[in-house]
Amino acid sequence: MNPVLDIIGALFLLLGAMLCFAASVGLVRFPDVLTRMHAATKPQTLGLLFVVVGVAFSLQNLQALGILLLVVVLQLLTAPVAAHMVGRTAYRTGQVRSDLLTEDDLADDLAAAGFHLVSGDEDEPEDADGESSGSGGTGGGSS
Amino acid sequence: MSVADVIIAIGVIFLAGAMAMTLIRMSRGPSTLDRVVAADVVVAVVIAALAMEAALNHHTSTLPIMLVLSLLGFSGSLSMARFVADRDKAKKWDVPSSAPIRSERSKEGT
Repeated sequence: MNPVLDIIGALFLLLGAMLCFAASVGLVRFPDVLTRMHAATKPQTLGLLFVVVGVAFSLQNLQALGILLLVVVLQLLTAPVAAHMVGRTAYRTGQVRSDLLTEDDLADDLAAAGFHLVSGDEDEPEDADGESSGSGGTGGGSS
Repeated sequence: MSVADVIIAIGVIFLAGAMAMTLIRMSRGPSTLDRVVAADVVVAVVIAALAMEAALNHHTSTLPIMLVLSLLGFSGSLSMARFVADRDKAKKWDVPSSAPIRSERSKEGT
């Protein structure tokens, strides 16, 4: 084994581990599902890339390189899909801290389309689609 | 013990701290989605730990497990977000009255 390549690979692995650590700090300290997702995607893409490059440097093996490339490609293809589903569910179930947002274009579009997002305890938080023709907009006091 | 082993040992310490804090969020997380996000990070940490073990011992037998884990994290978080977290209606953020949409149609009877 080449010791220089081993050290380079170990440094890449250390970078990946530090990204995992940063993500966990963000998970503990951030206030919201969306901000926690922002922290959690760091080790999923860049951290995994660092880790895989580190393993490739320290193994120096062509078959291992094939499997590692497959790991990276699959993770890069599937991580956005999962993050999209989690964010969509977070928005639809009203778990987004809208007081922390500076811009909420989806809320504007939904309001223009006549949707209401109810923050009551027992109501469905999603839409009142019977009123899409009448009260288009955020007209208050619709009841 | 070579220099690379020492560097990998430092990385293992970082991974242990990351796993501890992620498990704290997973146990404390107020909603299901927080736990789903924390589970994704757990999977990423486990993948990194398997990779460190492979690099430390110079063998390739953990690489298929890394492959399976990356796909497992995807399908797990996807199905949780799609089918389970919708039922999580109990948890609500308290939204201030200046919020653009949430504040309308607040039922007076409740």
